[in-house]
Parts: sequence; C-alpha cells; structure tokens
Amino acid sequence: MTWLVPLLVLVPLLGAAIALGLLRHQKLQRAITVAVLAVAVVVAATLMVLVDQHGTIVVQVGGWQAPYGISLVVDRLSALLLTVSASVLLLVLLFSIGQGLAADDEDAPVTIYYPTYLVLAAGVLDAFLAGDLFNLYVAFEMLLVASYVLITLGGSEQRVRAGTTYIITSLIASALFLASIGLVYGATGTVNIAQISERVAGLPEHVQLLLHTMLLIAFGIKAAVFPLAFWLPDSYPTAPAPVTAVFAGLLTKVGIYAIIRLETIIFPRPQLNTVLLVVAVLTMIVGVLGAVSQTDVKRLLSFTLISHIGFMVMGVGLGSVVGTAAAVFYTVHHIVVQTTLFLVSGVMERVGGTTSTRSLGGLLKAAPLLAALYLVPAFNLGGIPPFSGFIGKLGLFRAAAEDGSPMAWVTVGAGVVTSLLTLYALMRVWDAAFWRPKPAAEAAAPHASTAEPHAHLRSPEPAPLTVSEETGEAYHPGGSTTVTDAAHASSASGPTTGQTPAVEPSVHTPLPRMLVAVTTVAVLGSVALTVVAGPLYGYATRAAESLESPDRYVQAVLGSTDGGADE
Amino acid sequence: MTITLVLVIAMAVLFSCGVYLLLERSLTRMLLGFLLLGNSLNLLLLIMSGAAGKPPIGGSSEGITDPLPQAFALTAIVITFAVSAFLLALIHRSWKLSRADEVEVDEADVAIGKDRDDDPADDDPEIDTDPEAVQNEEASR
Repeated sequence: MTWLVPLLVLVPLLGAAIALGLLRHQKLQRAITVAVLAVAVVVAATLMVLVDQHGTIVVQVGGWQAPYGISLVVDRLSALLLTVSASVLLLVLLFSIGQGLAADDEDAPVTIYYPTYLVLAAGVLDAFLAGDLFNLYVAFEMLLVASYVLITLGGSEQRVRAGTTYIITSLIASALFLASIGLVYGATGTVNIAQISERVAGLPEHVQLLLHTMLLIAFGIKAAVFPLAFWLPDSYPTAPAPVTAVFAGLLTKVGIYAIIRLETIIFPRPQLNTVLLVVAVLTMIVGVLGAVSQTDVKRLLSFTLISHIGFMVMGVGLGSVVGTAAAVFYTVHHIVVQTTLFLVSGVMERVGGTTSTRSLGGLLKAAPLLAALYLVPAFNLGGIPPFSGFIGKLGLFRAAAEDGSPMAWVTVGAGVVTSLLTLYALMRVWDAAFWRPKPAAEAAAPHASTAEPHAHLRSPEPAPLTVSEETGEAYHPGGSTTVTDAAHASSASGPTTGQTPAVEPSVHTPLPRMLVAVTTVAVLGSVALTVVAGPLYGYATRAAESLESPDRYVQAVLGSTDGGADE
Repeated sequence: MTITLVLVIAMAVLFSCGVYLLLERSLTRMLLGFLLLGNSLNLLLLIMSGAAGKPPIGGSSEGITDPLPQAFALTAIVITFAVSAFLLALIHRSWKLSRADEVEVDEADVAIGKDRDDDPADDDPEIDTDPEAVQNEEASR
C-alpha cells in the first residue's frame, strides 16, 4: 500500500496545476479543489489505520535507497496529523466557498485562491511526510509561499502591511533553518533524519547544542513560542476568516510537529528540556495576558492560539512517553478547536458586521444557533470537562506530576492559570457579543476603525449600497434580503458575490446557511473528539511510544529494502 | 574537512549585511537583504561540502566534490528566486497603494497604546455592557 503515500503530495499539486489552468471556470475549479482534498482525507485516514496495524510505512521516492534518496515516512504521529489536517483543510475550504471567499474585498483575485490553497495543502501534508531535513525545508517553503499569497489576498493596504511582518519573519526563520541544515550536513554528512539520529550522538557536546538550538529557534518561530511569537497577532487577524482559520489550525502545528520530531528522533537526549519548559510557561502566560487585553475577537483568538502552543511545548519538554502522548493529543485537539473558533468568528463578522467586542452585541437574540456554536468550542478551549481540552490538559498535568520536578509543577500552575484566563477572555467576548444588547452606534463607530481593514464599509452613518459588479446583485443595507436569498446568492454566484457586511447597526445580516452548516460540522467534530477520546488517546500514546524509541524509526527508514515501485 | 577561510569570511559578511538590511523599514532594502542572505546561505551550503575536488560528473568517483550540497544550493536558489519575485510584486503593490516604500505602523497597536494613555477605564467592556444604560440611551434618541 506504499503507493498511497506520495499521492498525498502529488494529488494536491496536480490539482493546483489543473485549477490554475481553469481560471475561467470557477465552478469546475471549486469542484476539483473539493475532490482533491476529499481524496487526501480518504488516503490519510487509510494510512492512519494501516500504520497502526502494520507499523511505519517508508517510501523511497524514485527508488533511490534511504540515505541518498528522498524518504517519505509515515509513522503514527504523521498519520494522525495527516488525517486531522486533511479534514480541517477540506472543512475550511467548504467554509470559504460558503463565504463567497474573502467577502470583504470586491477586488480579491479569487481565481488564484483555489490553486494557492491546494499548494498550501501539499506543503502541509509534505511536511508531515518528510523523512529528511531538506525535504522538510522544501515542504515549509511550499506552504510558506502559498501562505504569503493567501495572507495578502486582495492586496489591500492593511493586508500588505500585515503580510510584510509575516513574510519577513518567515524568511528569517527559513534562512535559519537552511543554515542549520547546512551545518548539520557539515557535521554529520547527511540530512536523512534517521541517519542524523544515529550519528548525532558521536558529535562533541557543544556542536550538538549549537545544532539543536538553531533548529529549535527556526521551528520555534514557525510554532510561535513566546519570544518568537510577536508576528502572529499582527498578521493573522487581517487575513480573510477562512485563511486565518487554516493558518491558526495548521501552520503553527507544523512547527510543533517539527519540534516533536526534533526532540524525540533527532536529538533524543534531554539537552534543552528545561529550556523548553521555561519557554512553555512564558508562552502560556504572556499569550493569555495578551488575549485578556484585546478588544477584537480575531486578535484575541490569535493570542489564545499563542498561549495554547505553550501546552504542547510543555508536553514535549517533559521528555517522557506520557508527556509526548499528551502533547500529541493536545495538538489534535487544538487544531480542531482553534480552527472552529476562527470559523465562528468569521460567521460573527458576517452577521454582526465587525469583530470588535465594542460594537458587537445582541447576537444571542439575532442568532441563537451562532451563540451555541461559539459557546461549545470556547468551553472546549478553556478546558471545561467533558470536552477534549479538559482531557488534553489533564493528560499534560498528569505527565508533569509523574515527572515531579519543581519546574514541572511550575508548568502545571501556569497551565491552570492559563486555562482560567482563557476562559475569562472568551467569556468576555461572550458577554460583549452575545449577552448584552447591541450598543448604540455612536459609541461603537470610533472604535470600529481601529482593528478593521474595511472599517469604512461598516461605518454606520451613510450605510453604503453595495453592488457586486460581476453579478449585478444589489444588497440593500437594512437586511431586506431574506435568508433564502442570501443563501442562494452566496451559493450561486460563489466567490464573486460582494456581499459586504455593511448593515445598519441595529439590524443583523441573516445567517448564511452554508457557513453555519460548515461551522456546525466543525463544532460537532470538536465535540466528537471527546467521544473518541479513549481510542484517540491510545493512538497518541502508541505514537509517543514509537517516538521515544528512535531506533525503531531508524530501522524502518534505513533497514527497509522495498520501495522504488512508486514513481 | 578543510575549508577556505576566504569563503567563510565572505559568507559571514553577506549574512550580516543581509540581516541588517532585512531589519530596515524600507521594503526595497528588505528585498536586497533577502537576496544577500540567500546568497550567503548558498555559500554556506557549498562550504559544507568541503574542499573543492573534481567535477562529480563522468569519470571515476575518486576525489570528486560532494554533489549533494550543490543540489541543495540549486533548490535554495530556485526558492529564493520565487520569493524574490513575490517580494517584488508586494513592493509594487505597496507603491501603487500608498506611494510609500516603508512599512507602516500597525494601527491596532497604536490604538491599544493610545487607550492606555487616554483613558484606562475605556478598555473595560463592562462599562458599556450595562443593558439599562444602553436601553436608556436608545430610548433617548
């Protein structure tokens, strides 16, 4: 079944090429993109089952044997993350189709959205498959270049500004990563992860420390851990809602995945574990304090994203099987929940016209379903039992208690405080956006312009009549469109529908059906993590067990003789 | 492994100039910095292949240069090329939009900073969450 593995990268890339060729046929483009990602979900899920039954699958691309050629490796950790990522990618794609794609730009170059999204998917999936450091670098570049395009989609002034921060930071991270690859090659004579793992023990202590630190910094910037996370809340919130959702869910987790690999397979000795724990504590606390002080929902969520990265780093830093298992489980939980929350904030923006907590209000009456959709993942992220956030945190705290060192107990304390403050920050949004009535327009107007890229469209005074040029449909502000009209318009005219959230402050736009349907599926998915928590935690534990004995990984990659039948 | 000191110094100079330029506010300088950084990294990859030997194509495999870092460098050059093209497009877009080459200050950051200076209580959403006050205000209009 090894032929399945390269499909995960090849199919999205081919799909991207075809979609790029079909620029004028948007419906076809959309269909291809959905089909490609559906295939990826099926393939990844199959691999997840196969790997669990038969052990690590290794493919030597092109038949070049292990240390020389490119190896694609699927172990349990990869397979699990592949499945979750592919599902999240598909879900967010459906959301963006429902949203009419970056609905707040009339001039968004929608035709390049789908191909770019597929390249991003290929990059993310390739990163989880990579069996050597250089291939990991190429995968990172693939997803980064796609993300540069997506984050500046439409090229408005605000997005260009925010995109620059993101791009320059990523460039520096990539440069560091490439430099470390060069140095690793110079020191060990290989870039194959399995072979590095074998040879690294023979290096002098200080060389090991240097290589380890450089790689950790490069991955730390991508994962957005504390001193290296400054770029995230600046750049993520300005992108279109689905783009932010997929970035928040997946891109930082690719960094976490790389850190897990680094700490377990490449440098299995607990050289920097204390540093990791300190970083974890700081990431949690600083991130969540940032979240508490925000007044924009998307920025607030970006800060909670940073603070919860700390939990995963904590699990890795404990350096035990239970710790890694909890980190893996928490990663899965966080991908799903954080994406869901960003999708909900996208719907809130559509319905309420803004994401500023100062001008939102009265959403509980206007959209009770949306309120429920917000509350469930919010409780989940805050760690209220019985949701998966509670299970993940419990696992992490148990691992720390087993470790028993003072530093481990400090992380437990930081974790508890962070959970409470996360809950506080999210409940403040609940209070402002859902519970209280809509605030008076005058009070809201000056603040709305602070964080909103297109605030002029939302200023309440002369509510602009917006006509989407391509379709000729006019949206009269004041909510004269009925639910069915809106749903019809957004599904029929697709990405070109310029349905702007320019509504009079007292009236909410009707709930867009497709968006709500997709978000509901996402929320149900995050709840389902609780239902399958037992088997999932077992899977994560088995993944961690095979990670903590790197010999098995090395043997699977270097000792395998099959391959070559694939391309 | 023997390496040339000249190459190492050249790499270090390129690297530091590249980082310096990347930290500038002007987008064009960032692009130039990125190009320098990319070249220094390619040089680093070549340095890591050790002393120069015979070309790795044809002939015997005795004393040839390690070909793998060259393959890395080629890949890195392609990626640098793609990203530079994107950065150029970004610079062009930024110029068209605002006739400026500089990266602007983040508005949200400024707003948060201002809030602290002006009125610390303003940041507290509890103040305008009082439903009665809001209703009274609505009624009075």
